[in-house]
Amino acid sequence: MSELRYEAPRTLEAAVALLVAAQGVAKVLAGGSDLLVQMKSGRLDPALIVDIKGIPEMTAITTENGGFRVGAAMPCMEIIEHAAFAKTWPGVTEAVALIGSVQVKGRASIGGNLCNGSPAADSVPALIAAGATVRIVGPAGTREARVEDIVTGPGRTSLAKGEIVSSFFFAERPSHAGDAYLRFTPRTEMDIAVVGAGVNLTLDDSGVCTDAHVCLGAVAERALLVPDAAAALLGSKVDDVALALLAAAASAAATPIDDKRGTREFRIKVAGVMARRAAAVALARAKGKQS
Amino acid sequence: MDTPNFYPEKKLKVIGTSPVRPDGVPKVTGIARFGADFTLPGMLWARILRSPHAHARIRSIDTKKAEALPGVKAVMTCADLPEQPFAYVGPERIAVNFWHMTRNIMAREKALYEGHAVAAVAATSQKIANEALKLIEVDYEVLPHVIDVDAAMRPDAPLLFDDMITRGVEPPTKPSNISKRIEYKLGDVDTGFAAADEIVEMSFRTAPVHQGYIEPHATLARWDADGQAEVWASTQGHFVVRTFTAKLLNMKTGDLRVHATEIGGGFGGKTVVYVEPVALVLSRKSGHPVKIVMSREEVFKASGPTSGASMTVKIGAMKDGRIVAADALFKYQAGAFPGSPVMNGCMCGFAPYDFPNMRTVGYDVVCNRPKAVAYRAPGSPISAFAVESTLDAVAKKIGMDPVQLRLKNIARIGTPLQTWCRRRMALRSSRPGLPIENRMASGRLGRNNRSCWLVA
Amino acid sequence: MKHHVTTSINGSPVEFLCETQQTLLDVLRDELQLTGTKEGCGSGDCGACSVTVNGRLVCACLMLGVEAEGKSIETIEGMVMGDHLHVLQQKFLEHAALQCGICTPGMLIAAKSLLERNPEPTEEQVRFGLAGNLCRCTGYQKIVEAVLAAAVEMRRA
Repeated sequence: MSELRYEAPRTLEAAVALLVAAQGVAKVLAGGSDLLVQMKSGRLDPALIVDIKGIPEMTAITTENGGFRVGAAMPCMEIIEHAAFAKTWPGVTEAVALIGSVQVKGRASIGGNLCNGSPAADSVPALIAAGATVRIVGPAGTREARVEDIVTGPGRTSLAKGEIVSSFFFAERPSHAGDAYLRFTPRTEMDIAVVGAGVNLTLDDSGVCTDAHVCLGAVAERALLVPDAAAALLGSKVDDVALALLAAAASAAATPIDDKRGTREFRIKVAGVMARRAAAVALARAKGKQS
Repeated sequence: MDTPNFYPEKKLKVIGTSPVRPDGVPKVTGIARFGADFTLPGMLWARILRSPHAHARIRSIDTKKAEALPGVKAVMTCADLPEQPFAYVGPERIAVNFWHMTRNIMAREKALYEGHAVAAVAATSQKIANEALKLIEVDYEVLPHVIDVDAAMRPDAPLLFDDMITRGVEPPTKPSNISKRIEYKLGDVDTGFAAADEIVEMSFRTAPVHQGYIEPHATLARWDADGQAEVWASTQGHFVVRTFTAKLLNMKTGDLRVHATEIGGGFGGKTVVYVEPVALVLSRKSGHPVKIVMSREEVFKASGPTSGASMTVKIGAMKDGRIVAADALFKYQAGAFPGSPVMNGCMCGFAPYDFPNMRTVGYDVVCNRPKAVAYRAPGSPISAFAVESTLDAVAKKIGMDPVQLRLKNIARIGTPLQTWCRRRMALRSSRPGLPIENRMASGRLGRNNRSCWLVA
Repeated sequence: MKHHVTTSINGSPVEFLCETQQTLLDVLRDELQLTGTKEGCGSGDCGACSVTVNGRLVCACLMLGVEAEGKSIETIEGMVMGDHLHVLQQKFLEHAALQCGICTPGMLIAAKSLLERNPEPTEEQVRFGLAGNLCRCTGYQKIVEAVLAAAVEMRRA
């Protein structure tokens, strides 16, 4: 009979060692809101579960070089309730706030949301637009990577056996910077994104956009950075002309599938709509206005 | 809140007050016991093995390895349930056929939908029961399947039952997936359409919709060595559980005591049995009480939603809004066994209205889905959706307010129902118990010398 | 693999044995006979299994029993206060915020957690805050009214 092992290491080194030594499928347990569901449905039948919530650096937010280091296993609710982080990164925070219910957010983490590899994951477009990086700890040591380099396709990551995403780093914000995340769902709440759009932009003192990142979710095999949409904003004051070009570029980049939540055509159109609206919110925040 | 007092001269004790429901305190404190909340000493956990195929012949089932697993106390298949006679029993609209019912409880010749119960085990823990399911070997011959009602009606569709002849058609047809055809009519729709100023015809497709009760089916059953048995079940009607379960097990009804637990929603979906006969058989075989709780996945895969349907409604109207002809075709999916609520749907469709010429044809069609079961006003919202949508289109076409269109054609006392006229000859002289108004109404002649029957 | 877990449930110390794959919900219901917490879906979608763990609202079906080690868990059974009901329970009764009652324990735990975090919620905040709790009977209106009424009374106290 299959015997499912459970271990709760106290250090990253111990966790890595357990994963490396595992015979058969070994899974990291953070919030469990993806893992337990997949085990129950029979999609996953691991031999070993490694619970990393007892490792201090994985569940803490610290300030670092003027930015934030967020533990990968931190429950979403704790990110949302972190006043300083929420104020600095309202777009990332509102994306995190859309991951399921209050109950799910009491356990779910951005590390899990990223590494589960769903093309529709809500935090990922905002994390990528924010330029966040991840620290990865593994048998070969520690390395840094960009968030957009982690997911390689639906349910697949570029992590090697034994590697764990331990934290996310958000660099110090320049002044006149703002981010936003919007999504379209058939229901008001508790649903999976048909389109998600994360926008992060920076203005100079005269209101001209000097940096921009636009990332779409749920319209390709993984979250999609759209350089053309960002380019449409650079050098502009993010006026209607620039926003229209951004929307067109977002729609042009989207390569969605048809499924029960939305058709290909619908998603392509809404990608442009959501990207434009998110950019407008990010602009207002960059100007210091209430969104 | 202000409750109006309709009886100002009376001193009322309950009406006009907002009493707290008598089962309220147990429910808000978590004490109320629902189907899955019951236990008995020595209780075993049961799990059901379900077909992964939508349509397959079952060549053989080998349960030896499961039976040998330590902790497994009983295993069952259809061989543990007696065969039932093939007969539609009870009033036509809600007839049951135990030959079908026993096969829905546990598949015999074929698995007819993905999720169809094929075998079951009872063990000392849920973990062991789950492991035991993996050890049951079923030899399936996978067959082509059909899940769409129009596709199931095509002459080349895979047949669920090789000998299903459509009831309600003379002369009898060759075998098909059409279990029954119903037709109601009043007047002559062809004459009516010929006279109409405007005609609208629309087609509709609806999907099966599950009742979505939050509490999955659950039961605890205990069979004592003297043949007396007790069942706790989450159900909308414990008499039904007792009658059906006793019949399915060839028991005397009086030997089975059924307790209806608190029920976490049913909405029609818990008016039948799924797990109760299985739990009882496993209890008999093991000598222990047996508990079965469906998972949410099992609820959606293996318990009845209401039917999906394919429908066409054609309505002919005069410019002033009088509707002169209405013709409807309602094709309902029954799921794996006959018994969709198509008859209800046919009876309801045009019932609110006074149309002089009506025809409604309904088909009950089997397909490789879980057997449909009642869902609040069974069958009627489906046909009403088609009829009302078409009426709205008619209103738009003739430039009339949709409410006014309906009021102009609304049924009144004396309006004939097309369903009554199907039986008017039989009933005309035989109802002395009817209230006075009915007898007066039934004495009047309506349009074209047809009888008018009271519609209240 | 069997685990011996030491925890606190509704203020009392509790120990139990569980398999790795048993969720906290399985443990509460099947090992500890605390059947007030309900299973509706097993996948964190319906909220009927809502409990709090160290004051944090979670779905018990999405947590392993072994993870309860050293934690403090509150279930519906702990909500009643001696011989009288919690204000929320009282308001649910007065406002007819329940029919079949299967969602009620989870709804009450979620509402209690919501009011602890936000004692003066708007209607919109209540609706979004309880979005993780599904009800198939009431249509939610009376639940929202009961929670808002309880909030008023709890602020007065």
